[in-house]
This record gives sequence, structure tokens and C-alpha cells, in this order.
Amino acid sequence: MSLHPDKLLLIHGLVDGELDAANTIAIEAHLKGCVDCRAELQQIRTVRDMLAAAPLHERAPEGLYKRVNFMIDAEAGPAPRRSAASGRPSFEHGRFAWAGSGAVAHVFSGRWASGLVTGLIAASLLLAVVMPQLTHTDMEDQLVQSHVRSLLVGHLVDIPTSNRHVVKPWFNGKVDFAPPVPDLADEGFPLVGGRLDYIDDHEIAAIVYRRRLHVINLFVRPAHTLALPGGEVTRHEGYSLSRWTGGGLEYWAVSDIDPADLKLFRQVYVSRATP
Amino acid sequence: MMGRGLRWPRLATSADRRIEDAQGRHEKADAFRRTMMPHMEAAYNLARYLTRDASAAEDIVQDAYLRAYRSFDGWRGEAAKPWLLTIVRNCFLNKVGGAAERLTGRPVHDYIGELPSELIDVGTPESLLAQKNEATMLRATIEQLPEPFRETLILRELEELSYKEIATIAQVPIGTIMSRLARARQMLADLLLPETSRKARQ
Repeated sequence: MSLHPDKLLLIHGLVDGELDAANTIAIEAHLKGCVDCRAELQQIRTVRDMLAAAPLHERAPEGLYKRVNFMIDAEAGPAPRRSAASGRPSFEHGRFAWAGSGAVAHVFSGRWASGLVTGLIAASLLLAVVMPQLTHTDMEDQLVQSHVRSLLVGHLVDIPTSNRHVVKPWFNGKVDFAPPVPDLADEGFPLVGGRLDYIDDHEIAAIVYRRRLHVINLFVRPAHTLALPGGEVTRHEGYSLSRWTGGGLEYWAVSDIDPADLKLFRQVYVSRATP
Repeated sequence: MMGRGLRWPRLATSADRRIEDAQGRHEKADAFRRTMMPHMEAAYNLARYLTRDASAAEDIVQDAYLRAYRSFDGWRGEAAKPWLLTIVRNCFLNKVGGAAERLTGRPVHDYIGELPSELIDVGTPESLLAQKNEATMLRATIEQLPEPFRETLILRELEELSYKEIATIAQVPIGTIMSRLARARQMLADLLLPETSRKARQ
């Protein structure tokens, strides 16, 4: 064991980024003068590097997702109003007016008992009233949903490749802008591929990177003329989102990684995206 | 908005209430899927390393999701992943029943000093390295770590949870987690690193 057993847990804490400033300074000062503890630190790092380098996660089988989803459906019971609930959610007023009339049309087609007529109309009106109040996080909602969907339905990428020279031309002709696809593998963000997605009924390019085993979806679309320059990393339903603009494009990075990691991703991407 | 005046008088009918119940249940299902389904891989990974068995791990994850769904009303918006993994771990403990003390009972200092004999019997690093796949070798090595060290290592190194989150899941003080993690890493170093690059031991 270490000659300084009292320092051992602090060294681990340092490696894990779990120490406060005072303890960090203290242990770093100790490490400068102690060969033994430096060897301990090196050993911890070597073990961690070995673990980080290998694909150690046991992947959940596809069937398990299906069974759990089925179970949730069973627990939730029969659907109240499929016509408005299916498809991609959009919180535009116009769309909901349309969805509401769809529900009414359903009623008159005779599929529903007449006693439900007023209920259905009330339900669709309720939606029309409640949903627009969510519009301030509308974009973030849609991006998070798109990110989650890409993980759930096994449709993470349309073009699976770690070669950026394949991904970039693939977007040609599919979207009318050219998103930069830098290689960030040496910074710990290997490229997974590209995907075409839809936000606000417009095509958006999704470039997929990884951080260890976490997926980062980077959504790119032409920036609005009034778009604000980027902000800090925000949290939304447990996900980290980072938005920035550059070169006439608007970028949204979405992932379940730590906000600090996503900030790093943005910095690395921005610095590499400009040739 | 239009309709605000129209909406309230209608809420009293029983048909409305049925619709609202159904709607509420589906909103719950949607919210549950959004927050908990992204952590399916973490749930399965933990279950798999705890049980060391693929089909047992599936059973546990399924059981855990059912329980998580039924107690989702009690979720207060805290970090979803540790919340779910706590349930996964409890499902595992329920399944193994009397063996639960393997995860909780034995004080950490029992292990300090010599390696447990079960670790020494499993094969030398050289023989394990002979397996063609390094990841397979590493997985096998991790699986041989005794509990509660394996669990702590998985939650920290693979799931990247903080000490505090791991302590919440394992229901022990943070200091205990720190000791377990240090010990787990030392065991791995002993098993994985060649003598020359290993830190000198007394």
C-alpha cells in the first residue's frame, strides 16, 4: 500500500474531479514532493485509461426495448385520442386547430360513441389552450425529442461512417447548406455518421458524434436573420443543450453528457469547423 | 386564446373526466419514456455486471422499469439515471434474496491487505490476455471483482456517476464509496498491469 494511506482517497478524488479547491491544492502540493504518491496517481490513471479505451458496456438487446415499451403501453391503458397524439408533435397554433378538426372528423365518421363527442371537442380545445404555453421551450423540446427518438428507434444515423469525407458530401443535395463535419476523434469525440431530421417541418442536418458511449446529436440549420449569437449550455429534461451560430448556420448540440463536456465539444467543434 | 371560456363549463361531464384520465395516463407515459428510456443502456449494463448473466439482467431491467413506472409519481425531477439505477439495484437484491449481504454487509477493511482468494484462483493476467479480445478480457476481469467493489467501479468508470450519486444508489456514506473505489482500482491494477509498471507494494 501507499506510504501515505491518508492521501490515497484524496488522490482518487483528484482523478475523479471530486475535490474542492482547498483539497485540490493540498494534494497537488503533496504530489510534487512525494514520488510514491505520484506513482499511485500514475497507476490510477493507467487503469482508468485501459477501461476508457475498451468497449466495456454491455448493450441492451433490441427485444428488451420492445418489451419495456409494450409494458409501458399496457400500463398507460388505451389511447384517448390517437389522431392528435400520433406523429411529430408541433406546438404551432395552426397545426392544433387542424388536429382538432381531425378529431371532430373522426367523431362524425362514427368511430366514437356519440356520448364522447363533447368530450373530444373539449379535449382538443384543451390542447389548443394549453399547448401554446409551452412555446418558449418549443425548440428545445423538439430537439430533445429528436435526440431521444434517434436513440430509441435504432435510427441514429442514415449514413454510418466515421469518415468525415463521406458524411459531408452525403448532405449535398439533401439540405441546401453545407454543415462542417470536422474529425474530432483525437479530442475524444469520434464521428458516428449523419442523419436527416425534421424540426418545425423543415429539414435539418444531424451530425452524430460520441463521447465515450454517449451520443451527441449536433443539429445544423441555416440561422435566422435575427438569431442571437450562442449562449451557455442549458439543461432540459435531464439533457444538456448548447446552441451557437456561425457562418450563417445555427447549431444545437444535444446529449446526456455532462454540461462541461458539451461545452468542451462546442469549443472543439467551433475551433475545427473553420478551415 | 379562443376557447378558454368554452372549456371550463364542459369539464364536469363524466366523458370529459374519462378523456382527461386517459390523457393524464398518456402524458405520464410520455414523460416517463422521455426521462427514463434514455437510461436503458445504463440500467442493462449495471444489471448485467451485477448478475453476470444476460437473461437474468433482462429480467431485472424489465422488472425495474415496471416498478419505476409505477412509482414515477414519486419522482421529483432529480437526476433520472441514479433514480432508475437505484431501482435496478433493488430489483437485483430482491432477486438474489439472501445473498444481499454480499453487496451491503461486509466491512471494507476486510479486503484491505491480501487479495481475496477468489481473485487469485481465476487465472493470471497472462492467461487472460491470451484471449484474443482485450475488451473480453477486461470485462471478465471486472466480473471477477467481488461485490461491492464491482458495483462501485461500474457506476463510476462506466456510468460516470459522481461519488454522491453512487452513495445514494448504494445507500452508504460517500467515504465508503471512496474506499471501495480505491480498492476496486487497486485490485484491477494488480490483475491487469505488469509487475514493472505497477506501483511498488510493500
